[in-house]
Formats: sequence, structure tokens, C-alpha cells
Amino acid sequence: MLLRAGWRRAALFVTVAPGPRPTVPSRGLRLSVVDDAPQSAVPTDAAAAPEAEVGLRPLYMDVQATTPLDPRVLDAMLPYLINYYGNPHSRTHAYGWESEAAMEHARQQVASLIGADPREIIFTSGATESNNIAIKELEAAIQPDTSLVSVMTVNNEIGVKQPIAEIGQICSSRKVYFHTDAAQAVGKIPLDVNDMKIDLMSISGHKIYGPKGVGAIYIRRRPRVRVEPLQSGGGQERGMRSGTVPTPLVVGLGAACEVAQQEMEYDHKRISKLADQLIQKIMKSLPNVVMNGDPEQHYPGCINLSFAYVEGESLLMALKDVALSSGSACTSASLEPSYVLRAIGTDEDLAHSSIRFGIGRFTTEEEVDYTVEKCVQHVKRLREMSPLWEMVQDGIDLKSIKWTQH
Amino acid sequence: MAVAGAGRLRRAASALLLQSPRLPARELSAPARLYHKKVVDHYENPRNVGSLDKTSKNVGTGLVGAPACGDVMKLQIQVDEKGKIVDARFKTFGCGSAIASSSLATEWVKGKTVEEALTIKNTDIAKELCLPPVKLHCSMLAEDAIKAALADYKLKQEPKKGDAEKK
Repeated sequence: MLLRAGWRRAALFVTVAPGPRPTVPSRGLRLSVVDDAPQSAVPTDAAAAPEAEVGLRPLYMDVQATTPLDPRVLDAMLPYLINYYGNPHSRTHAYGWESEAAMEHARQQVASLIGADPREIIFTSGATESNNIAIKELEAAIQPDTSLVSVMTVNNEIGVKQPIAEIGQICSSRKVYFHTDAAQAVGKIPLDVNDMKIDLMSISGHKIYGPKGVGAIYIRRRPRVRVEPLQSGGGQERGMRSGTVPTPLVVGLGAACEVAQQEMEYDHKRISKLADQLIQKIMKSLPNVVMNGDPEQHYPGCINLSFAYVEGESLLMALKDVALSSGSACTSASLEPSYVLRAIGTDEDLAHSSIRFGIGRFTTEEEVDYTVEKCVQHVKRLREMSPLWEMVQDGIDLKSIKWTQH
Repeated sequence: MAVAGAGRLRRAASALLLQSPRLPARELSAPARLYHKKVVDHYENPRNVGSLDKTSKNVGTGLVGAPACGDVMKLQIQVDEKGKIVDARFKTFGCGSAIASSSLATEWVKGKTVEEALTIKNTDIAKELCLPPVKLHCSMLAEDAIKAALADYKLKQEPKKGDAEKK
């Protein structure tokens, strides 16, 4: 366990605290914080003057967007933020050596999670940078007819798992490079770059309970995959990504990977159970709910449901004490509905009605129950306000109506 | 063992979160203010949600928008013999701003005559609800809904010139 003695003692102290605290029953649900701070980071707008500021912190059900730091990860990072602040590329003193050791240890932790060799892991600032490096590799390819296949391992909107092993097999037999963006999959489902014949893989820190601002790219050595660096400089990370490697962040990424490896099976079982509960309860209480995405090849922690006749953003507004996300156009800056839902052939009105529920390592059963209860309550309420629901109840076929295009 | 560990861990995490320097509610409520208080109010305290008798001669029904666009508003008005709107109801499939815009529209048309109701502008609705630029189209649809309801009412008042007149 990564928990150090002091931390463990602190945890023990909490668990033997006498009795339930009356004002704060459990994390996230009723955290009442009375705001008495006179100054505000937000420019005070007279029209938006806050009411009695007993702020309720919403439940967090949006793990696909980002995840909280696992306390074990923070524990691993802290020394490198406080005492061990050396540059890992400094070769001439102990500060550099100890940071370098930490960096290499983190590299080993990331590699072992995906069955790779540590020499094949390059640290980056996140999966986006890794994706860019991987795609740019296409231009650096020697043969003119070389091509690249790039597929997401687990989709972040609907949770569908792609058949990576099969794709890898096809690519390797056709001598085509295979890249996968595994940001939502690493540490959640078992991955092995050799079994699945993956040549390039993008990894994101903040999707697996690690820190933000760090990621990694896996680049196969045998057979060698050549990449063109995006940024040039001092030649760090084998010349593939110049720039001082941020020790505290990579230590955090390494720790997150190691914790994920330990917790993967337990997390998967627990999250599957909670996901089933959520889906069953909602489907039992509400008619006309559609789950988007393949039900079999699916990562359980990402549930995308469409509630017919209710628009997604209005449901998000109604569920104000739960942090969720929607594929509706109204929630995107461009007013375009989710391209993923459109690609899988979802009816446009259902695309506007979709909500994504994210269940993660720290999601509790009470949070899921509360979310389900509020969701059912507000969907019913919004359906009462919906002209489409009214028409359907009256037996009108919505597809037969000629709508006025705006 | 993993179970106990994870449970203890969660409690430790809870302790950390609870004891962290009184996370001011405002820090988190700042982004929540993307929904203006007035917009949320129209959902939390709904007024004029419902339906009037569509077949009645004194009721005008406007149905605008399309499900494929994620915005459908139904606005109904009941007009007395003197041409004054005495009641209005709405139902909306759309985002919070769309619901608030149509709700506000029903509030504003009540008590106005049919001619006065035609003067309601989407810019007034948007200003009253403090709608951000990206949500202005919701107020436009609300204005369209009012006009559609008034047009439907006028159509019903016309002496029947024969069914060929009907759309």
C-alpha cells in the first residue's frame, strides 16, 4: 500500500471519530458551507446577487471529463513538490539523481500497466500532445505508402469499447501502424500493447485519478516506430519530447498507474454493480429511455442515456446538485449536438435528450441512488412540461408532423 | 482487504475534503451562475405550464420549432370577446433558457390585447432573463410562438369563407 504510517494513522483517526456528524453526512451529498467571505473571485453582479449562501457542493458524476486525485497519488507527489525539487536531467548532484530515479520509477509504473518496456514510454503534457505526436509520425514515415490507423480504445461519450486486439491483428498483418487513444481505458480495462499489437498509445494523467497537465505516449521499439518530435529543445526524452520532465507530475502519473493496476479488478466489479443499479432503477421507473452505445462492448463507468421528449440541458439545469454532462446541442458552444451520437445513427431529437453519467472509483452507492431519484423526479416533471410528451400521450405520431424550421 | 482499504480510503478522502480550508461555496457556485437565477426560477416555480382547449374558438395555439433542433414551444392564448388575452399556457421541449423564455412570454401576454401582444420583442425577453448571446435564439423562438398563437387565433375568428380557405 502506498499509504504511509502517518497517513494511515490520520485515516484511522477519522474512522473512529465519534458518531455521525449531523451537518455533513457524507462526501458531496449535503456539504453545507456557509460562505462568509466578503471578497469574491467573481465580479459581483447586482442582478445575480447570491441568496443565503448555504452553498451545496454538487455530487460529481462526470468522471469522463476529469477525475479527482487519488489520495495515494497526492501522497506520492508531495515530497517532489516540497523537498525533492531537483531537475531530473541534472547529472551532477544528488538533487538531480533523486529526481531522475523518481522519474524512471514512474516510467516503470506506467509501462507495467500496459505491458510495455519502460524505454517505450515518453512523458508528455497529456493525451492531446501524445495524439499529435502520433499523428505527426505519419509525415515522418519513410515509405510513401505507409499509413496509420488511429482508434479510440474506450469512447468518452458513450463508453463503447473498440475491438482493439482485432484491429491490432489486422494492422500488423498489413504492416500498417496502429495508434490508439487510451485515455479513458488505461487503468480501467486490461491492456497489453504486445497482445493487442499496438504501436502507439496515448495516456492521460487526469483521467485515471492522477494530476492534470501530464500524460505519456507509448512508442513501440520492436519493430521500431519512428516519430517526429513536436517540440525541439534540449533533447530530453530521447529527443522525442524536449523540455524538462516535471518530476512531481510524472511521479503522480506513475503512482496513479500503479494504484490503477492494483485496484482495476475491484474497481471494475464495483463500478459494474453501481452502473447496473443505475440503469435498472432508471429504466424501471421511466418509460422511453434509451441507452446509447453497444450494451455488450461497453465500459460500465460511462453511461449515456437518452430520455425521450426531455431536452438534455434542461435536465442538467434541473439536476443542479449533480455534476453531469450532456450530448445536447445546447450545452456545446457550437450548438451542434454530439457527433458521436450522430455517427451511431441516433435520432436527432434523442441526441438532444442525452445525458452522460460517469461512475468512478470514489462514487458511492448513496450518490448513485440520489442521482437516480432526482433524475427520475425531474424527468417526470420536465415531461409534464413537454409538448412532445403531451402529443405522444394523445396518440400523435411525432414523425408525421411538419415542424416549422427555425 | 481491498474492500476495507478502499472504504477507509474514501473516509480519509472525505476527511480531507471536509477539513480543507472552508472551501467557499462561491468558488463552486461561480460556474453554476451560467444559469441565471431568473432562468432557474421559471423551472423551479413554474407558472402557466399546461394546455388550453385547442378546439375552442377563443384559443389560439402556436407550435414552433422542431425536435431535431432541440427546441419546440407550444404557446396557447385565450382571448375574450373584447380582444384581450385573459389566459395563456405553454409547454416547451428545450433548454433552460427556452423554458424560461416561453414561460416569460405567457406572463407578458396576459392582460394585453391581441395587437399589444404583437409588439413583444425577443430582445426584451432576452434582456429580462439576462440571456447570454449563445441563447438569444431561444427568445426569438418565444417571440415566434407568440406570433404563431396570435395568427392561429385570428384565423379562427375569420368568418368561414369555405374550407378551400383552410391550409
